[in-house]
This record gives sequence, C-alpha cells and structure tokens, in this order.
Amino acid sequence: MTDQLRRLFHRVRSLFRRAEQDRDLDVEMSAHLELAVEENLRRGLSRAEARRQALLRFGGWQQAKENHREVRGLPLLETLLQDLRFALRMLRRSPAFSLLAIFCLTLGIGANAAVFSWMEGLLFRPYPLVAHQERLVALTGTARGESGHTGLSWPDFLELQRNCKLFDTFFVSKITGTTLSIGDRAQVVTGSIVSANYFEVLGVHPILGRAFEPSEDVGRSAHPVTVISYQLWKERFQGDPQIIGKTQRMDGVIHTIIGVAPEGFYGTFVGWATKFWVPASMEDTFEAGGYKLEDRGERWIEAYGRLKPGVTIEQAQQEISAVAKRLENDYPATNRGRSIKLWPLWQTPFNNAGTLLPTLGTMLVVVVFVLLIACANVGNLLLVRSFARRHEITVRVAVGAGRRRLLQQLFMEGLVLSALAAAGGLLIARWCSHLLVLLLPVRNGNAMHLPGEMDWRVMTLSAAVCLVATLLFALLPAMQTSKVDLAATLRSEMAGVVHGRSKSWVRSGLVVVQVSLCFILLVGAGLLLQSLQNIRLDSPGFSTNGVLVTSVNLVASGYDAQRAKNFQDELIDRVQALPGVESAALARVTPLGYGTFSSAPIVVDGYQPPPEERPSVEYNQVGPGYFATMGIPLVSGREFTRADNETAAPVAIVNETMAAHYWQAKNPIGERLQVKDKWLRIVGIAKTSKYESMRELPRPFFFVPRRQDFSVGAALNIRTQLRPEIMAAALSRELKAMDANLALYEVISLQEQLDRSTSPQKVAVTLTGVLAGLALVLAAIGLYGVMSYTVSQSTRELGLRMALGARTPELFRLVISRGLALTIAGIFLGAAAALGLTRLLGYLLYKVSPRDPLAFGSATLVLTIVSLIACFLPAWRATRVDPIVALRYE
Amino acid sequence: MPASKLDLLQGTLDLMVLQTLAAMGRLHGYGIARRIEQVSGDAVLLNQGTIYASLVRLQQRGWISAEWGTSTNNRKAKFYSITKRGRKQLSEDAAYWQRLSDVMGRVLALSEGSDTK
Repeated sequence: MTDQLRRLFHRVRSLFRRAEQDRDLDVEMSAHLELAVEENLRRGLSRAEARRQALLRFGGWQQAKENHREVRGLPLLETLLQDLRFALRMLRRSPAFSLLAIFCLTLGIGANAAVFSWMEGLLFRPYPLVAHQERLVALTGTARGESGHTGLSWPDFLELQRNCKLFDTFFVSKITGTTLSIGDRAQVVTGSIVSANYFEVLGVHPILGRAFEPSEDVGRSAHPVTVISYQLWKERFQGDPQIIGKTQRMDGVIHTIIGVAPEGFYGTFVGWATKFWVPASMEDTFEAGGYKLEDRGERWIEAYGRLKPGVTIEQAQQEISAVAKRLENDYPATNRGRSIKLWPLWQTPFNNAGTLLPTLGTMLVVVVFVLLIACANVGNLLLVRSFARRHEITVRVAVGAGRRRLLQQLFMEGLVLSALAAAGGLLIARWCSHLLVLLLPVRNGNAMHLPGEMDWRVMTLSAAVCLVATLLFALLPAMQTSKVDLAATLRSEMAGVVHGRSKSWVRSGLVVVQVSLCFILLVGAGLLLQSLQNIRLDSPGFSTNGVLVTSVNLVASGYDAQRAKNFQDELIDRVQALPGVESAALARVTPLGYGTFSSAPIVVDGYQPPPEERPSVEYNQVGPGYFATMGIPLVSGREFTRADNETAAPVAIVNETMAAHYWQAKNPIGERLQVKDKWLRIVGIAKTSKYESMRELPRPFFFVPRRQDFSVGAALNIRTQLRPEIMAAALSRELKAMDANLALYEVISLQEQLDRSTSPQKVAVTLTGVLAGLALVLAAIGLYGVMSYTVSQSTRELGLRMALGARTPELFRLVISRGLALTIAGIFLGAAAALGLTRLLGYLLYKVSPRDPLAFGSATLVLTIVSLIACFLPAWRATRVDPIVALRYE
Repeated sequence: MPASKLDLLQGTLDLMVLQTLAAMGRLHGYGIARRIEQVSGDAVLLNQGTIYASLVRLQQRGWISAEWGTSTNNRKAKFYSITKRGRKQLSEDAAYWQRLSDVMGRVLALSEGSDTK
C-alpha cells in the first residue's frame, strides 16, 4: 500500500516536471546509444553498421520515450490537462461566443443556486447555529373534523416530554414582541417565549451570562429574566460588557438580563430575527388571555421536537398519536377529538416556512426550466460552432484521434464554459440571498429576516447542476461530431436550403423545446398575475379604502385593565372628535393581520351536534361602532353600544354562515349561545367576511363586546378619508396629550393590510414574472441564432430563388414562416405540457382555472410577437442577398 | 532465430533488473541491459529501450536509486544501485519465482502423462 502511495506521489510530481524529465531521459538514452555504438565498433563493425545494430537492439526510440512517460506520470490526467488547455484556447479564440454562452449559463445556474440557497436557508436549515436541524420536527394540534391546526397546551407539552421515547427532546418557542424605546423612537422588537431547556437543546450557548434554568419554567410571571440577542446587545446596549444583571422593562414588567446569545443566532422563527427570549413562566406578561400554563384547554404554544437518530417521522407520529389518544381518554373535557401532528421542519405551518413553501416549490420548477432553456441555447451555439470547426475536427480524426478522445475534448470545452458560469452563478445567488426580504413588506419598521444560505450542500448541488447542464448541452454537438464524414469536409457549406432537413433538425428541435418551456413559464406567470389581481380586487367583506388601522401598546407600558378601559374610552372620544374622522372603534384583532382570534367551544340551544363534533368557533372582541367603522353590513339586529358593558346582559353578534349552520331556518336573534360556561343572547347578524386570509372559505364566526371579554391589547380602526401619515401625526399629538410614554404603531390602511396578507402571492408573481421574462429573452436569442444561421447557410438557395424571379417579400415570408413554424410547434408542445403542469400551482392560484384561456392566449400572443421580432433581422438579411455574388461563390 | 527467443512475462524484467543491480552493484542503463542479455545467453527478446520504463517504475517504488555520474567513455550517464528496500523486495520476489517455477516444472511433468510419484 505504501508502495502504491509512493508511486502515486511520484506520478503526480512528474506532472509538473515533464520537460525536465524528458530532457533527462534524452541524455540517458543518448548515452546508452553512444555506449552501444562504441562496443560495436570495438567488435570491428563499421561505424554505420555499429550504429544500425545499436538502434536495432534498442528498439523503438519514440516508443521507449512514450513508455517512460506513461509509467512515470498519470497519462489520463495529462490528457485532461491538455484538453483543458485546449478548451481555454478555444474560449479565447471566439470571445463573443464564449461570453454569450457563459452569460446564458450564468443566468441559468445562478437562478438555480439562488433558489437552492433560499430553500436551504428558509426550509431545510433555517436556524443558524442550531444543532441537528435535520432531526427537528414541528408540532401542531389538530381537531377531528376540522381543517387547519392549533397550538399545543403547556400541560400536553409536558406530557409529551415525559412519555415520548423516540424523541431526544421537545422545546417551545412562541413568537411574541414588545416595544422598546431605542433612542427617542419606540420600536417593536420580536421576542420568543421559550421552554427553559431551549438554549441547552439547541446547542446554543450564551456568550455572556447564562441560559434559563429548569425552575424558570414554573410559576405565574415568577421569573422575569431574559436572554437578549447579540444584535440587541450591540444596538441598544452598545455592547456593554457589564450587561448581565442589568434590567429592562418589557411589557410593563422589569426583566433582569441574564444572558447574551451568540452572534448569528436568530432564534427559531422563519421570517423574523428574535431579539429577546423569556421563559415560559412569563407567558402571562406577553400573551393575551391570562395565565395558561395550567390550562390544558389553552392551545397557545408552538412546539418542536428532535427525533432520536434513525427514527423516522412516521414512527414518531405513531408514538405521538398514541400519547394524544391517552390524553383524550384522561382529559375528555379539554382533549376530546384532539390529536397532535408532526411536520418536517420545512413544512412548519406556524411560521413563514409553510407560507413560502409553495412559492419556493414553484420557483424550483421555474428555474429548472430557465436552465434547460439556457442549455438549449448553449447547445445550439456549440452546434453552430461545431459546423464551423468541422475542418479542425476532421483533421483530428484523420490523424487518429479516437471517438472517445474527441468526446472527451468536447465535454471538457463544455465543462470549462459551465464551470465559469457556475462561478458567476454562485456570485449571483449570493447577491440574491437577501432578495426575498425586499419583496416582502416592512411591518412596524421591521424588515423580515429571510436569508438564503450558501453552505457546502448548496455548492455541491450547484456543481451537480453544472455537470448535468454540461452533459445536456455538450452532448448534442458531440453526437453530431462523432458522425464526421472525412469526405464531407470538401463539401461547400454554402449549399444549404432554408427548408433543408438533414442537419438542422437538432437545432430546430432545440428551439421548439425552448419555445415550449418558455410558453409554460409565460402561462404560469399569467395565471399567478391573474390570481394576485383577483385577490386584490376581491372584496374581503369590509371596506378596504377609507379605513385605517393602528394600535397603541398599553401592555408594554404596564396598563392594568381598569386604566386601559378609561384610557381607551377617552382615546375613542378624542379620535372621533378629530376633523375628518367619521367613526372609530377598537377590536382585539384586526382581520387579515398577524393576530390570532380567540376560539372557544360553543353550545347552541336546540342544536344537536353529530357525535364526534365538538363545535368550536372563533370570535373577536370588538368595541361599539365596530361594524359601522369597518363597513361590515349587519343583515339584521343591532350593533354593540357602550351600554353593552360588564354589568349588562352578555350579548353576541353572529355571522350569516354561523346563523345558517347552527340555527338553519330559524332566526337566531334573541336565541342563546353558550361560550365558556356563559350564555350570550344574540342581538345581530353580520354579513360573512374574510377573517384570517383572503383564501379562506366562508366560515362561522361571532363577535362579543370588548367590555364583556376584556383584554388590554387592542387594534384601533378609524373610518376617515385622511391619508395614513396625516392621521398618524394627529394621533401622535392626541397620545402625547394623554400619556407621553406611549408609542404609536404604524398607521396603515386596511387595503395595505390586505396587500401584506397576500405578499406570498406577490413574491411568486414577481419572481415568476422576472424569470419568465428571462426565459423569453433566452428563447428569442435561440430562435434568432438558428434563423440567422439558416439564412447564412442558405445564401446560394436564396440567390437562386432570386435569380429565378422571387421577389423580396416572398423571400422575407419564406424565412419568417420557417421561424413561425418552429414557434407554433413549440407553442403546441408547451400548451400540451402546461395543461398538465399548471394545476401544480395549487394554492397559489385564486379564482382562476389552471386552464384559463386568457393566460394561454396571452402567452401565445407574446411568444408569437417575440419570435416575429427575433426572425425579422435574419429575414431582412435574406432579402439583401446579392444573387450574383451568391451564385458565383464556391 | 527470433522465434525461439523468450518473450518477457509482465513483471519479470523488473525482477531481472533488481537481481542484476544486486549482483553487480552500480550500473547505468546500457550496462544493465547488456548484462541481462549476456546472462540469459541472448535467449531473451529484449528491446533495450524498454528497460527505461522499468527503471523509472522501480525508482518510484523506492527499490533502486539513481544518480548522475560519468561513464567509462567520459560521458554523462545515470547510474542505478539497489536500495535496502529493493533487496528485501528482491528476496521476496526471488522466493516467489523459485516456488512458481518449481510448481510449473512439476505440473508440466504431470502433463506428459507419466506418474511422477
């Protein structure tokens, strides 16, 4: 073995000492010959005979040298290096070709690498510094017979910790936020309520201070301690080395800073960089709805688990389901019909991973298409060049180059192109890694945190893509070349015809494929654009223009319920007195925003639920005048008033869908509804609107007066024709007059709120649109290339036609029709494929059929126009052929 | 006459070179080639040129070493000598060839049909 290694070492070394070793061998062999001649002379031979004999005994002179080289070096590698040198020379010799090819491939590979890096950074390994992400799974609660998901309750989470054997660990990370004053402005910062084991199980160790201790999970707001992020430490605390033990007021409670997280750790929520962490015991301080750690019915936490090595998600799901089943039996009051579902990290439904998944999946298909189109382009360029190089290649075949050797050479040339392109592509991907953030809205002055990740996996995958691409585009010309006919070299290259079939079918085929891929992308972009438009034009069931929304963070400023009530009453009065304001109302949650509605099991007089159903409906706590302010029509009954307060009889307003479902033909007004042990009298029916997302189907929903189910936090809705920034200034003045410590969140219109809720669609439309445009340009280049080549190769035919009396328009039509024929073939092929593929867009489509004729029609139109433009120049050139010159040629 | 010459089996040339250097000490390429021809009584079909591939192979394995020197006719020539590792290898290879040729001899005797008990 060591012998082998030693030889390998020498062989590799000899690669770099080729010339020197050749010289040495020459000297040695000459000396050998010299000695042999002398000996022969001594034996009495004549000088000439002595030399002849010596050479005879020596054997083949060149052969001996060649043998020597083969033994001492690595012949395979040497030919590769030789090919590489040659490939680089070819590249330099035709810079225009090389640049165009590299440009096309760079776009193709770069787009792929960018999407890979997003998928890696957002879906597969979204949490920098966290250990063993490949074994992390997300957990959500499910309710039988209902779609969607809920959080888990803290007691259920503890049961999982205790009873699951297939998991290393479970941990909780629930996104929250607080308002910190940084300098003279209030800033909302993202935080996370975590189980005490959080930092330990993630393998993230604070650079200063300590992580949480197990006891800090227990008790109601008993442990006001916090670990802050590196960024917050630097920006707000100027990197104070004495930070540990200092305090910070958050949501009205003084917290002691016990640790600083390492740089580059952003927490565990795809989309936002977490700035601070508090233990689960502080839940009461940061979450609406009171103390929930001991309430099995409150499903508020977002939990993750880490599987033991080698455990599949299916096995783990079985174990979890079994535990959930037992909980269902043990605690029927809270857990009947409830189970727990596991998700791979990249499908996590409660952060932006779930939202971005379909977009990124679509992008992956799109960039593969773009790459294929780019490959077809480069393949075509290489083909054209391989015809130009026919003489060179024929000569090489004539002097004995084997077929394998030729293929190897051509492959190497392709590889050099794509390797250069891959380098450029990775650079592009790097630039693009923060692109997603730019496409998404900034909320409350915070940009989202959606970085791509360029790790070795992305690099390897991109290199693999580059190799496959090379095989794709380098193989076609190679196949053509391998059929080189020695005699054919003598044939003139000017004798082609515009309609000739013999050699051009490969190139035409490539163009057809390009056009069809491009068509699919255009159809996809068209469908997504229509979906976005439909969503934006669709009515959510409330006014979008003329209503502004904002909020004042009273929780963060430490208001208790009574102070908050007084403050909010006064605020509403003051706002309604502002000029230009028609009405104003508070609500706990704004529709289509980020907040989650309350949800509770209900009982309806006279409604007998089917056996397995445990009716549970979401609701919102809204103030007087809410429906008028939001522009939600009441079908019958009345709106809430200030009289619907703590002391009045509990009332509710249901939506039409709920009325139809639970009371069927009966009019529910005056009927009773039980929510959490309290009977409410129904006083009104509201039109059904959208609550969480524009995509949802009409669903049961009801409203209760804020005063009868109070929580401090609330959104302020204002009906006015004033612009948001003017309203913001007026509001700030009012706030300052009431309490100088309060900070106002950003003021936006409900339309803006709606637009933000559709941002995944916007991202998909923008990216698909850009890439489809790119594909269009590439396909046009391809078509143009093939048509100009065809024309240049058909000079003689064109000249002949002209000499025989063909007029300019006829020649023009001849070329254009040929180009159009290719385009139409491509469109047919693309349409057939698109009919099957567009349904994969699934959830990204909104109220538009995957076979929408408008999308297909406009894609056809765009492609036809672009191909006409691409063919125009070659066609014009065809009409400029001088018949005399063309026919005299040869 | 050429038809009766022995073709060299793969690897045998290396062994011959090693043995020659072990027996004769320091030699240049021509000397080695001549020596092999002489010892074999010109029974081996040796293109002298092939010896150089063998020499570089042995050198890369560290079984022989080389240095430049001056030949008897005052010309610059490369001289080879066997190394310690080369001697060890030689004794192993020689033992192997000895055994192989013993076995071959016996097998060939058997094939003549006689009982060689």
